[in-house]
Amino acid sequence: MDNGWVKPGAIIIVSFMVTFKLCVSTEMSAFKLLASFLPKLPFRPFASEATFKTQPYVLYRLEGPPAPAVTLNRADALRFFEEMVTIHQMEATLNHLYKSKTVRGFCHLYSGQEAVAVGTFAALRPQDTTITTYRCHGWGFLYYQSVDPIIAELVGVRSGCVRGKGGSMHIYGKHKDFYGGSAIVGSHVPVGVGIALAHKYRNTDAVSLICYGDGATNNGNVLEAYNMAKLWELPCFFLCENNIYGMGTKLERTTKNTNVFAKGDFIPGIRVDGMDVLSVREAARFAIEHIRAGKGPIIVEAQSYRYFGHSLSDPGTTYRTYDEIKEVRTTRDPITTFNKKILEAGLATEEELAAIEKKVKASVRESATKAEADHPVDVEELTHDIYANEVISEVRGINKVWKHKSSGRAWNLK
Amino acid sequence: MALNKICTLCLRQNSRELRILNNLINKRNHFVYTADAESPVKGETTKLNMFQAINNALDSALQSDESALVFGEDVAFGGVFRCTIGLQAKYGPGRVFNTPLCEQGIVGFAIGAANMGSTAIAEIQFADYIFPAFDQLVNEAAKMRYRSGGQFDCGKLTVRAPCGAVGHGALYHSQSPEAYFAHTPGLKIVVPRGPIKAKGLLLACVRDPDPCLILEPKALYRAAVEEVPVADFVLPIGKADVLLKGEQVTLIGWGTQVHVLLEVAHLAKTQFNASCEVIDLVSILPWDRNTVCQSVKKTKRVLIAHEAPLTGGFGAEVAATIQEECFLHLEAPVARVTGFDTPFPHVFEPFYLPDKWRCLDAIRNLLDY
Repeated sequence: MDNGWVKPGAIIIVSFMVTFKLCVSTEMSAFKLLASFLPKLPFRPFASEATFKTQPYVLYRLEGPPAPAVTLNRADALRFFEEMVTIHQMEATLNHLYKSKTVRGFCHLYSGQEAVAVGTFAALRPQDTTITTYRCHGWGFLYYQSVDPIIAELVGVRSGCVRGKGGSMHIYGKHKDFYGGSAIVGSHVPVGVGIALAHKYRNTDAVSLICYGDGATNNGNVLEAYNMAKLWELPCFFLCENNIYGMGTKLERTTKNTNVFAKGDFIPGIRVDGMDVLSVREAARFAIEHIRAGKGPIIVEAQSYRYFGHSLSDPGTTYRTYDEIKEVRTTRDPITTFNKKILEAGLATEEELAAIEKKVKASVRESATKAEADHPVDVEELTHDIYANEVISEVRGINKVWKHKSSGRAWNLK
Repeated sequence: MALNKICTLCLRQNSRELRILNNLINKRNHFVYTADAESPVKGETTKLNMFQAINNALDSALQSDESALVFGEDVAFGGVFRCTIGLQAKYGPGRVFNTPLCEQGIVGFAIGAANMGSTAIAEIQFADYIFPAFDQLVNEAAKMRYRSGGQFDCGKLTVRAPCGAVGHGALYHSQSPEAYFAHTPGLKIVVPRGPIKAKGLLLACVRDPDPCLILEPKALYRAAVEEVPVADFVLPIGKADVLLKGEQVTLIGWGTQVHVLLEVAHLAKTQFNASCEVIDLVSILPWDRNTVCQSVKKTKRVLIAHEAPLTGGFGAEVAATIQEECFLHLEAPVARVTGFDTPFPHVFEPFYLPDKWRCLDAIRNLLDY
């Protein structure tokens, strides 16, 4: 052997041994160990996929829970994070706009519940439809994939998704299969069952996602809807966004059976931790699979929490304590817990997530500015779209020539 | 913000009426509250706004009647309009309690309790939510005495609901449903115009032997402040109040609209030198035909104003009666200035409401007829 090879050889062997020792003692893979010595670069993902345990589920009339562990790929991780942060930022911005009276009316914010919408939406397929309550900004954003039409709608300008005529509680998107937000509690639930009937008739394999809160579960509308859905085995995915407060009253003071997921009698149900976006996604996938397999409707109760009051006219602290809200924010916040998870799993870096947050903040701010610069629809539209066609020419009570006009958007005429 | 843009658009159209509306848009309320000139009962008074007066009335009702119960959504912590503040702490959860979110159930349950002799005071959180309970009110409460030949009744039922425009309520927090219920014999319906009326009418409803519906204009909860008598007192149901005596035009309204009409009367005096008589109908069912017809026979011109839509609004009933009873006295057709026949709008509220300018315009037309 050539003398020249001894030194390099020894170095190589020693390096290996040191690395091995280090790997063993730090329990990191060699690659990670090596990478940790490199200077921190702005873009340096470690993993393209990771596995997470889901939160425990509670079942009613069901066998076999959804998967106890799920895989999340990097693209989805970033997408979920961005979507949740966008909803959070949008709601925070709407809060400011409301306080400055740019947004008027009643405004019900989704902050704290982001994981429920984002997780469920991830499991929906293009043919599925959604109908929800007045707490609909988050769902509206997910359907439009942009905050512009939502913020504009609340500000009341023409670029709003309903041209400013609906406001906060009536975010609709027919072309997007989003059947809107609804003001009267529980009233939209039988409507969702009717939509499910259409899906079944048309054999489209579509599911009708019907969202409502814990307060609605004691409403006649909802109980009637459950019965019809199960009697006719309709493809209804009943999603109860249980934030434990119906306006100002805690769930346990309004109902004997607080197992919301079990209130559908013959309809099976799952209770899931609504603060964990991955558990929600799994539960939603499970629910859709259940319906697709022809087993009829299913109820998913997502246990979550809202940070703001019921609406912005409600401080939210006359019936619950600041400590309670703070506790949820610090221990169970959907965004921070998800953030931590994906960072630890190496699916993203802190810099990336910070950059996403920054981008989202700027884009939401820009949306708000755009909306404020826009103007409402013409006042003539006050008397449009009362009826499908121009069956009445003038609308009574109006002392000018504001006619009734059909905007031509009535889809039930096509 | 958005409203300013609307008025800019209107100005461009260069219409006189729409220009007048511009002045309106910058104000928060479309009315200016006018307190009652005098108290209906003598004695000590205290300054209260309307929700405090209602709170006071509920307190009196619970105190004086052991069978009285106050319930509804979120009433325990004080209610969304603070009308029930402190009541649960004072009378206990056995008498003041929250119900689940089920209007139909709430009213049905209230009817049952009233059937058994309990003074049941049910709150519907917003009058816009009263429709699931429509069947209970119309088919059960209103007809119970009649269908049982007088054996059963739910006279001890009172239903309270905040109603009317509030500036930003949009479709489902602004409705005035009095006309739907006026069509139901067996019910009594009242609409207070301020704290004194609210206290007196609420106590009257609670003690009335028939099921009553009191629609409280939510815009007045904080805006209306008066010296309210401390004592327990009732005001008559079925009696209208003539708030301002006049000779040339009778203006009829109820609730918040009364304050708009008082301002209109003043404007009519200064602009057309017309003296107007302002009547607060107070009671929708039964309504005071005599006071109204007496006034119309004197002035010969009448304007009725309400926020609810025109077609089938309660103004139609009043107008039909007026033309029946006072036909030969009328110098002009009965005028109605009301909300339009559209759902209560979101951004267009200032145009929708029967504000002082639209009323003034109608008075001018009446005078010029």
